[in-house]
Order: sequence, then structure tokens, then C-alpha cells
Amino acid sequence: MKKALTPLAAPLILLAIILLINAIFWPSFFSIRWFEGHLVGSLVDVANRAAPVMILSAGMVLVIATGGVDLSVGAVMAIAGSVSAFVLAGAEKKTGTPPATTQAIGSGLLAGLSGGLLNGFLVSVVKIQPIIATLLLMVAGRGIAQLISDGQIITFQNPAFAAIGAGSKFLVPNPVWIAVAVVLIVSLITRRTSFGLFLESVGANAVASRLSGINVNLVKTSAYVVSGLCAALAGIVMTADIKAADANNLGLYYELDAILAVAIGGTLLNGGKFSVAGAVIGALLMQTLTTTVTSWGIDRSATLILKALIVVTVCILQSPKIKEKWNSRKKEVLA
Amino acid sequence: MKNWRTTVATWSPAVVFVVLYLVFGFMFKGFLEPRVGFNIIKDNAFLGVTAIGLTFVILTGGIDLSVGSVVGFSGIFLASLIAQQHMHPAMAILIVLCSGTLLGVVQGFLIAKFDIAPFLVTLGGLFFARGLALTISTESIQIEHPWFKEIGLYSFKLFSGATLSAGSIVFIILAIITGLILKFTFFGRTVYAVGGNQDSANLMGLPVPRTIISVYAISGFTAAIGGVLFSLYTLSGNAVAATGLELDAIAAAVIGGTLLSGGYGTITGTVIGVMILGTVQTAITFQGTLSSWWTKIFIGSLLLAFILLQKAVGQFDRSANQSNH
Repeated sequence: MKKALTPLAAPLILLAIILLINAIFWPSFFSIRWFEGHLVGSLVDVANRAAPVMILSAGMVLVIATGGVDLSVGAVMAIAGSVSAFVLAGAEKKTGTPPATTQAIGSGLLAGLSGGLLNGFLVSVVKIQPIIATLLLMVAGRGIAQLISDGQIITFQNPAFAAIGAGSKFLVPNPVWIAVAVVLIVSLITRRTSFGLFLESVGANAVASRLSGINVNLVKTSAYVVSGLCAALAGIVMTADIKAADANNLGLYYELDAILAVAIGGTLLNGGKFSVAGAVIGALLMQTLTTTVTSWGIDRSATLILKALIVVTVCILQSPKIKEKWNSRKKEVLA
Repeated sequence: MKNWRTTVATWSPAVVFVVLYLVFGFMFKGFLEPRVGFNIIKDNAFLGVTAIGLTFVILTGGIDLSVGSVVGFSGIFLASLIAQQHMHPAMAILIVLCSGTLLGVVQGFLIAKFDIAPFLVTLGGLFFARGLALTISTESIQIEHPWFKEIGLYSFKLFSGATLSAGSIVFIILAIITGLILKFTFFGRTVYAVGGNQDSANLMGLPVPRTIISVYAISGFTAAIGGVLFSLYTLSGNAVAATGLELDAIAAAVIGGTLLSGGYGTITGTVIGVMILGTVQTAITFQGTLSSWWTKIFIGSLLLAFILLQKAVGQFDRSANQSNH
């Protein structure tokens, strides 16, 4: 039991340390107030801001489990956000405000689905390295998003759609509910069906999986499709939050945050074993850090440097060479 | 059979470049003037220099995502040293080049000694360098130093209006030197060997860790040069300059025929890849009504086409091998 927890231990300890520092030096970090029908406080803020990366990393972790990586999620966020905003803005122009919300969400998700299918096709059927296959959509995707928005920032008013990103239910912000729902669904699919097992199997050894009768192409493509859908959802949430889609900046660098969250969460980037819970903790850890640093009045750029140090530290801790050394030392002690 | 495959892989980027150049030449009036062609070199010198260093990394089977940030960091660091610390530009350039190289060495060390995925380490480097750059200044810094300005505005007159800037000259010289190093030195052959198969390179007694550290050092060094050239080009430093440049550099290398799995590719190919990207960009400017985002879509499609071509060539190779057995 203890062994199974080890990959989660490092990020959890880091998170605990940051929270502890806050508890000592800045106790108001933990205060939660009631303000105009919302809960307000740093912890709520952390959860709310971490929601898009949590949604992204829930999809990303599946892709990484198959031994791949999805660099296109940031661009897919931009495409989905632009598509949704385009549908909403178009509807508003035509007849005031018809209920275009479902169409907007649907078309945004459809964009994510197509992106995921393209990535999955390129990786599994054409057999292009995942980094490159998804790099294509990363480069071209932002261009496509700008094409949809005609280089402008598309704004809209639809309150029902805006509520996805800005409203709250039962005291908790909607993005957090959406993130929790996505994480639960992905966890259920991967832990209660054989899909999770297939993912690990494909990631650990694709050839052996194929020989034992697993449809490797289907498993891989599904992972990219889930990742595309998650990216689209994250893009919709962020677009709804600010009632606008900025094709240039929406989701910029989010792929890196998502990969980072997955890596911090103890999922090895070579594929195989993965942890959805770890990825969520990773996303929360980074946002807690960012919020802490900015609330101390330190410049935002310092967060980037801290992020870099965290990546490197976590990587060194997870490095196989360090583990070897650790194990051999243990053996020496035992002998 | 083997020769045919190599011929396709080697010559297709060059053929595509010539065809694109001629097609655009027929489409747009004045495109074929030498001035325009040499301006492509001038406008893309910083990208070219960066892509050359990245090619070394990719040849070993690695990747360096930090180059764009290092370009941005070097530019703002240089501007701050000259404009705010009142340092002589030559000294400042030296310091900037050293710090870029140092960053590369650290990344290479982590990759070689701890066996961490290059992707992750250089992702850390990307955040780190951009963070440092933003810490120096979030605003763009002008460089007014006369010595620096003179180099920045220098232009070597060739013929009929065509000129080479200082950046173009550095790009061309660097391309020649690195091309020779890869082809004719022990280090160059080791780079290919490590990319071909790291385990066999190790078993052959080649200095694998040292080579890996060196290629990341080279990539950091050339990215720093890229930053200096970018500052010369704009006569200023900007912390958010060259965001996403790593993707253009990777695209240039891949379009130029370098395999991302390592072990195959040339500097000539990368230079041609840079020229193809530059030509597309210039053509879109010439066209006038097409927006700049078409560049991204076009480059994405071009990248896909080249990867598919590489795949097709590779597959022919495999089937040829199988029929031999």
C-alpha cells in the first residue's frame, strides 16, 4: 500500500510545504468569505484558476500513458474558444439572443473532437512521432483559430454561456465543478473499465499489446480524442469566463502547464503507469504556487523561474539513475 | 536502391525551395529581384543561427525547447548590459554568449547525467530563461550605443541592390563552420552515432555524455547568438521577443530533412528549411491581402507534407530491406 502511494508523495509534500509556509506567514490565505453570492478567498481562487489546467491534464495524462504527448492542446483551446464565440456572436448579431448556448458548446467540442481525431490518426495510422504529429496542429491550429476570428478578439454577451466560466453553483465556481466532473469521469473510465489497463499496456509495450489482441490504434486514437475534448472544454470555460475569445493568447503555453502537471503528478513521460489524481494535484500545486507568489507581491516572472526549478527537481527525483543509486544503497544497507 | 532513397531525402528540400521561389516569382512582381532574396537571409538570420544549433541537438535524438526563450533572454540581457550597465557592447556580447552556453551546459548535464527526458529539461529551460528575461525588464530596452548601432546598420553591398547585414554574414559563416564540423570531425561523427543508436555508440566507446552536453551547449550558444542578432536587427532588447521561435526552428530542421528521431540530417538542409520558411513569409507579405496567420497554416501544411514524404521514403526503405531477406 505504501509503495502505491510513493508517486503521489512528492507533489503532496511540496503542496503541503507551500500551504504550511502560507499558514505561517500569511494566514489570510486560508480565509474564505461570503461576497455577493460567491465564496471569495485565495483557496477558491486557486481552485478556480487551476480548473482549466486540471481539465487539460486529465486528458493529457491518458495521452502520456500511451507513451505520447499532446502539444496541440493550447491551440485546440484557442480553436474551440474561437468557434464557440463565433457561433454566439453570430447568433447575437442575427436575432438578438436565441438560445445558441448548446450550439456554441457543441461546436466547440466538435472542434476539439476533430483535433483529437487528426492527432490520433497521425500518431496511430501514419505513425508520426507524437511530438511532431501534435506540433503540426500546435503550429497550424493557432493560425486556424485566428482565421475563424479573423484576427479579432470575438466578444459576446450570452449570459447562459458566460455562466460556464464565471458563475457558481452551491457556493463553488462552475469551472471547479466542471473540472471535478471531468476528473471523475476520466478516473471512472480508466479505473472501472479495461480502458485504463489498455492504456497502460499500450504505453508499456505497444507491440506486445497488439500481439495480445489489443487494438493499439483505437486505444491511442481514443486517448488523443479525450485530450482534444478536454482541451476544447478548457477553452470554452476560459472563453466563457471573460466573454471573449482571443485566438492569439487563449491557451498559450497551456500545453506546457498540462504536461508539467502530469509530470509533477508522478506519471512517467515514457508511458505506462499513470495517475489522474497525481495530475490534478500537480495542477493544483502549480496554481497554489503562482497564487502564493503573486499575492506576496513578487513579480509574475518569478513564477516562471520557480516553475522551472520545480520541473527540474521533480525530474531529478523521478530520474531512473537516482532511483538506481537509492536502491543499491538500500541493498548495501540490507546486506 | 539506397542511393535513390538518399537522393530523394537530400534533394527534396532544395527542389521545394527552388520551386516555391520560382512560383512566387511568377506570382508576384519583383519577387525574384536579388534584393528580396538577400533580405530573406537578413530577416531570418537569427532564426537560422538558432536552428543550426538546434539541428545538433536533434541529430543526437534530443530536442531543445528552450531556444526561443534563450533568444529572448539574450536580447534583453544584452540591451540591459549596454544601456543600463553602460558596458561596452563587445564585452556585453561576450557575457551574453557565455551565459547562453552555460544554460545549455546545465541542461545537457541534467539530460546526460540524470537520464531525464530532454523534452522536460528544456521545458524547464524555456520557463527559466523567459522568467529571467522578464525579471530583467518587462519593457523593451533601446540600445543607443554608437558602436552597436554601427554594426546593426552595417550592410555589405553585393550587386544590384542586394546587401548582406552583419547578421546575414554571421549566419553564413556559422553555417559553413558547423557544416564542416559535422562532416569532418570526430565530434561531428559522434553526434550522428549517438543519434543513430545511443547504446551502440556507448558500446563503441564513444564519449556519449560529453557529446550530449556539448550539443546542448552549442544550442545554447547559437540561441544566444540568435538573441544578439535579434538585438542588432531591432536595435533593442525585448523580454517577450522570439516567443515560440523553438517551433519555427524545429520546423526548419524537419523541413530541411533532419529526422527527429536523430542520426540523419545536415546543416545545409536546415539552412534550406529556414529559407523555405522565410520565402513563404515574404510571399505572404508580398501578396498583401492574406493575413499573417496564413503563414502558420501554410508552414503547418508544409511540415506535414515533408513528414509524410520522409515516412514514404522510410517505408520504401523498409520494404526494400524485407524483400532482400
